[in-house]
Formats: sequence, structure tokens, C-alpha cells
Amino acid sequence: MEKFGFTLSKGRVINYDSNDRSIADYILQMEPSFRSCIECGACAATCTAGNFTEFSLREFNILMKRGENDQVREHIRKCMLCGKCSLVCPRGVNTRNVIVLAKEAFQKSESYAI
Amino acid sequence: MEVAGQLASLGCQVTLIEKEQETGGHLKNWYHLFPDRRSSDEVAEYLNKQIDHDNISIYVATTILQMERKNRTFIIKTDHGKEIYADAVVVATGFDLFRSERKEEYGYGIYDNVISSADLELMFRKGELKLANGKTPGKIGLVHCVGSRDEKVGNRYCSKLCCITAVKQAIEIKERIKDARVFCFYMDMRMGGALYEEIYREAQEKYGINFIRGKVSEAGVTINNNLVVKVEDTLAGRPLKMELDMLVLMAGMEMSEGGRKIAEMGGLRTGENRFFAAADNHYGSNNSNIEGIFYAGTCTAPMTITETISHARAAATSVINYLKSGKS
Repeated sequence: MEKFGFTLSKGRVINYDSNDRSIADYILQMEPSFRSCIECGACAATCTAGNFTEFSLREFNILMKRGENDQVREHIRKCMLCGKCSLVCPRGVNTRNVIVLAKEAFQKSESYAI
Repeated sequence: MEVAGQLASLGCQVTLIEKEQETGGHLKNWYHLFPDRRSSDEVAEYLNKQIDHDNISIYVATTILQMERKNRTFIIKTDHGKEIYADAVVVATGFDLFRSERKEEYGYGIYDNVISSADLELMFRKGELKLANGKTPGKIGLVHCVGSRDEKVGNRYCSKLCCITAVKQAIEIKERIKDARVFCFYMDMRMGGALYEEIYREAQEKYGINFIRGKVSEAGVTINNNLVVKVEDTLAGRPLKMELDMLVLMAGMEMSEGGRKIAEMGGLRTGENRFFAAADNHYGSNNSNIEGIFYAGTCTAPMTITETISHARAAATSVINYLKSGKS
């Protein structure tokens, strides 16, 4: 049979029910201020890593809360832990600790071990 | 002013104590008001008529030093050595605008063309919308939530008027400078009031105002001395920087310094937001924790002028009921 190169596309729907939100749950438990994020993006605006790479803490926050962890896992090591994001956060989220905890959670988790 | 007018017309003897040289508060510094863009002077004129009544004595440039209660009478001592006896007290100490220099990263007081929303109103009043060097600005940014919804300055609450003020001011800029490019940087557009959403839409459709969703993290200058802001365009998911000629900071509302002193003096309860705490949020928003002391307007929370006047009228009713029944 002629092959036209068609394949099945991976769905891009966030499957909220089956997604793994254990990373976000871990952070929420250890750093409750993570709950207060309103996705304003001040952290990402000031972030040096984010100016040069695909690193947006604002985006990662929401992705982890939705259980879309792959992209976060891929890029999280780009953070240099400088903490500028903590300085600008209007909600007082301990953003730096969110990153530390996310790294920790990925390391602890068997399915995401880096 | 509204409470005084209402009470006077109901037959009460009212003493109005104002710490400034004249009554009218922030209103007299504003130019046009949302939602209908009427002149603030018209509302000021209405309020001045309200207090032009034989039953009202006015003390301006007067500060209260002491307030005590003996039986059912309040004794108020002023810095001019006056003693005022009152059966009931209405606190209407209003608000202070957030001092934008406290948000140092936005450069107010550091860079010439970073101004506050109040400064812009003064420019409108003077009819001069110009940069520090006398030129006309071509690209102007408005930053929402300056001093509101910001843990870093200790204000968690939303000042609620700044979003609509930004939209109103953006339109007013476009009306004066036809080819100006105007950008509003917002976290959320809170367009809850009557006609606000319509004005927002008009700003987009008729005036081409641009709205970028993201909190500005800082303002700086380029090597050419142009203002530059950094923000994440959260909807595009990318950091964004933009050079601007002028940056307008939408200053929020705070409990007034005068109000804070009166709270201390009178043992009046304040809330987490530092404004006076109403005895009940639903049916006692004019009542304080002390019988015979009432609140009117923005000393209890950020409010529009419309709401302030309604709240003041409600305060007058609360006072009358108190005086009649002997209870608060």
C-alpha cells in the first residue's frame, strides 16, 4: 500500500482526569504559597533564563497544576536559582522554592527520574 | 459632604471638620470621571451646594487631636483649641492615593516620564499632555495594579477603580494625541461596574488601545535614555520588552493617614486592608464598633464616587435612626 506519511496525531487536549498531578501536589504540600499564583507573569518577565530559553515559571506553574509535566521536566534545569522572580511576585509566592521543590519532586518520582 | 448635607436638610446641626484648606478631597484634582466622562467640577459643585446650609458649620485646615465619649456625647478637640460636642460622629476621612515611588522598580521619581494616574489627570486639567522635554508623547504605557493586589507593598486588596480609570485615561490620551499608541498592561481587567465593559470595548474598537496581559516587572531606560518596560506577554507565553515615551502608573487607594490616626484615637477597628472595618459587611457597612460613630465612603474600602455618595446617604439614615432610637 502507498504510504502517504500520515500518522495519528497525539491529542493536545489536557486530560485533567488521567494526568499526573503528583508534582504539583508535592509542591503545594511543601510550599503552600504556590497556591496563590495568579499567572501574572512578573516572574517570567524578570527571569534571565526566560529571556534566552524556553523557561517561564508562570507557564510551568500552570502546567504542573494541570499535570502536564513533560515540558517542565525538560526545561526546569535552566533555572539558575537567582531568586529575582521571588522579588517581583505580587502574591508573595516563594517562587524560588517552587523550583527547588519541583526539581526534588521530579527526582523522587520514578516516572520522571532525571 | 454628602452626609453633612443630608443630615442638615433633615434638621440636624452638623459640624464638618476638614484637615485640608478646602473640602472636596481628591475629586478636585481629577479631570473627567468615568463612566460618562462628565467634568469632576460638576460633581464638586453639587457637593459644595450640599454643604451650603445654615445647619452646617465648616472648619477647614483643622485636625482632630482628641475624641472622647462622655455618656452619649462625643467631645472632639481640635488643633485650634475648639471643643465640639456631638451626639453622633461620622468618619468620612476618605483615602490616600498609593505613593507610586514606593514601587521603586517602576521608577517613579527616578525617570522623568514615569508619572502617576493622578499626575495625568492634572495634565488633562492643565490641557498639557507633554513629556518632560516639552515634546508630545507618541507611545504611552499604562500599568495597572500599582500598589494594589501586591503583597510586596502590603496591599492585598484590589482598588477596583484603577482598571476603569486606565481605560478612561487611555481613551483621553488618544483623543488628545490621535496617532499615539497606547498600551495597558494588566493582570486582570476588572470591568464590573455599570458601563465599564462598554467603555473597555469602545477603547478597543474605536480607539485601538492595546491590552497586554502581564504584570510589568520593572521599568528602566535604554542607552538612548528611552523608557523601557519588561513584562511577560502571558497570553503569547513569551517575555516582552517595549520602549515607551511615557509610563503612567495606576495608583491604588489606601487607608488615609488621617483616618489611621482617628482609628487609633477613637479605638475604631480596622481590617486587614487597614481601612475602617464595618460592623457588618452586609447590613452594617456604615456602623463602627463604637455606638454613635459611623462611616461614610472610602474610609471603609475603595469606592467609586457613585458608591461613596450612596454610602454617605446611607450613613445619614443610620445617624438619624441612632438619634431617634438611642441605639446604633
